Amino acid sequence: MTLLTTVFAAIICTVLWYRTAQSGEWKLGTLCLMYWGASLMWLVDAIFEYAELGAAYFTPEPADMLNDLFLGLSAVALGLVIWLAILLIRDPKGVVRQKLFKK
Amino acid sequence: MACFLVSAAEAVVVTVAASRFEKKEKARETAPAACEGLSAETTAKIPFSRKLKWLRNLLWGGVALLAFEHVWHGEVVPWFPFLTAASDPADAAEMLHEMGTVGVAMALLVTVVWLGMLGVAALAEKRALPSLPEQD
Repeated sequence: MTLLTTVFAAIICTVLWYRTAQSGEWKLGTLCLMYWGASLMWLVDAIFEYAELGAAYFTPEPADMLNDLFLGLSAVALGLVIWLAILLIRDPKGVVRQKLFKK
Repeated sequence: MACFLVSAAEAVVVTVAASRFEKKEKARETAPAACEGLSAETTAKIPFSRKLKWLRNLLWGGVALLAFEHVWHGEVVPWFPFLTAASDPADAAEMLHEMGTVGVAMALLVTVVWLGMLGVAALAEKRALPSLPEQD
């Protein structure tokens, strides 16, 4: 469920990046790579778990599924917070600088 | 248990390499002799430091989110030795085995995907070259 949540976040981000790639002001490429990196790593984790559990991997307990979904959503939120911090520090549109040094 | 540490180590190496390549490329750009010889070929090429930054972002992004997952599961703690498995020799051996299998596989897969991205970028560079106007 964590893998699935991150993959969906990565796909949505990639679509948004493609739509706004011309301006490049939102630094969405960083967020895309962040989610894709995590998705690939969780994919490896899932493959190893599948090798260990077999078909049982696809029938998790509802409580485990809920916990994994909660974890996935929290990971997506953390990714967004990191991206927001990068966006505000890099400040490609100069909005923060303009606000800070406005007389 | 601590599989993300392998990718973290790779991410540190890639970050250092990216900054070194960036410095070299900037020095080459600012050199007057290089500016004179600036051709369509060099302007159509994506700098290698930028390509390394793709791998850096893939790795650091994955490491950050996986580290969070480990904190979530209580495998990483904010006090020494930071990894709960490190305090018990039997758990430590299992952790090292996991790092050697899952951790290495994670770092390898991310690197292979990045190599694929480099291949696609190389194709795009090749396609961009003929469309550029020829220099006198």
